[in-house]
Amino acid sequence: MFAIFRRELRNYFSSPIAYIYIAVYYALSSFYFFGTTLVANSTNLSYVFSSLFTISIFMIPILTMRLLSEDKKYKTDQALLTAPVSLLSVVMGKYLAALLVYLIGIGITLVFAVIVAFFTPPDWAVVFGHFLGTLLLGAALIAVGTFISSLTENQVVAAVGGFVVGFALMLVDSLSSIVQSPLLQGIINGVSFTARYQSFTVGVLDLADVLFFLSVCVAFIFFTVRVFEKRRWS
Amino acid sequence: MLEVKNLTKTYGEKRAVDNISFSVSRGEILGFLGPNGAGKSTTMNIITGYLSSTSGAVTVDGLDILSEPVKAKQKIGYLPEHPPLYLDMTVKEYLDFMFDLKKVRVPKKAHLEEICELVKITDVYKRLIKNLSKGYRQRVGLAQALLGSPDLLILDEPTVGLDPKQIIEIRSLIKQLGEKHTVILSSHILPEVQAVCERVIVINRGVLVADDTPDNLSHAMSTDHKLTVRIAGPEDGVYSLLSGLPAMLRVDKLGEREQGGVFEYSLEAEQDADVRREMFKRLSERNWPILALRSSELSLEDIFLSLTADDAPLHAEPSSTDRPEEASAAEAQEDGGDGE
Repeated sequence: MFAIFRRELRNYFSSPIAYIYIAVYYALSSFYFFGTTLVANSTNLSYVFSSLFTISIFMIPILTMRLLSEDKKYKTDQALLTAPVSLLSVVMGKYLAALLVYLIGIGITLVFAVIVAFFTPPDWAVVFGHFLGTLLLGAALIAVGTFISSLTENQVVAAVGGFVVGFALMLVDSLSSIVQSPLLQGIINGVSFTARYQSFTVGVLDLADVLFFLSVCVAFIFFTVRVFEKRRWS
Repeated sequence: MLEVKNLTKTYGEKRAVDNISFSVSRGEILGFLGPNGAGKSTTMNIITGYLSSTSGAVTVDGLDILSEPVKAKQKIGYLPEHPPLYLDMTVKEYLDFMFDLKKVRVPKKAHLEEICELVKITDVYKRLIKNLSKGYRQRVGLAQALLGSPDLLILDEPTVGLDPKQIIEIRSLIKQLGEKHTVILSSHILPEVQAVCERVIVINRGVLVADDTPDNLSHAMSTDHKLTVRIAGPEDGVYSLLSGLPAMLRVDKLGEREQGGVFEYSLEAEQDADVRREMFKRLSERNWPILALRSSELSLEDIFLSLTADDAPLHAEPSSTDRPEEASAAEAQEDGGDGE
């Protein structure tokens, strides 16, 4: 697993992907930080964190698009799958590499918090609650992206698939006010990332939300392993 | 060392591998011969655990590839048809990565140096794989398979795309590796398998059609009854003489090959008939010298035709490995065979 983790990380940083990703992530989040905190004379970072939801949804597919599709295309998966390692550790190695790059991206929020601290000490507990929420959101989205990447050998398809899923996750909440059926509403609220994430950004740390995102991670990593398994059997 | 039992793999309707059984003992170099699309790569992918079989079992040194995959895979070094190389890495980085991935437990630096010496890639060690030629890539793939000195080496068409000098090098390397490892080597080139292997398995359309030593195999394929002969003499006269030979089935004119009335003919005699002596006698009586005589080259396609032509009993019991090719070869070329 660590061999794969190291290779993926090296791949991110030996290609422009990681740099572009991190630069754009920093630029966008700094823009929101500037607009909602510095210009507005506020020390409340909630707006920054809620904007990270949109940023993450559109940036994460760029991180995950090549994770597994590239191996499939260049047949390097033959090396991975015939090596004496389990499928899960192959997937986890790749997953964790993407997660680390994501972590470097959201690390900028801690810089924001320090900047704010020059004016007035922020509520650090709330900041770390925010941070945890963003981390969990990313972990879940990367798991979904990894899964999508395992389905195709085309990176563009994987990226577009990721965008579509992200877009659907953003729009699904507005559907719940339109549909009449309470059952459908329940389902929509159940799968909504936005509602779960918002409770983090308003400073509530609910175990149910933490478990929600963790289960999404586990489920989609499991699905990814199954995709590999299925490919062998088909 | 390796035991393959009743292996079958179906893709929808198509049977890519059909009930193949064989075993390989330690230290053997086994050739896996078959035309493109015969199921060689599929079989190898199943043995190495990359694909699963539809039914049947593969055990490596007593370890089942499905129930104990990690332990079994540790014993296998695999060079797939397309070497699984990360083009954006240098040779060093790639071998480092594969070394870690395979969890090899020997001193790393010395082991990598030894392997690079063996496959002769020391001079490209620091170069990016994407800048390497096909021959070097193939060798890096081979180096990767050798990491950790696995007991069983599985090489899928290791010489494809190499130049003749490299082919000779790789072949002698494989022979050398065969002293320490058990090697399975696939190829669609008969002479290559003959040069390297002690035992040959022939597979066509997913079915095992022969399992024997290369010598026996080519003996069974003996082509004494199919000859090409070059004779100095009037074309029609020689033609009628040749046609009049006993046991001769067919004579074809191949045209003039040298100045001064030297023509070539292709001859096909009955199976087991040797027409050479009689031909020589009669031609010398007329003073038409034979300038060249050779067995018509048997292409791999011919071998498959002869091994697979109307041999229904063979298909019924494809797992029987007791020289089925002799029986089938005997009746194979009566009508040229249609390959079915």
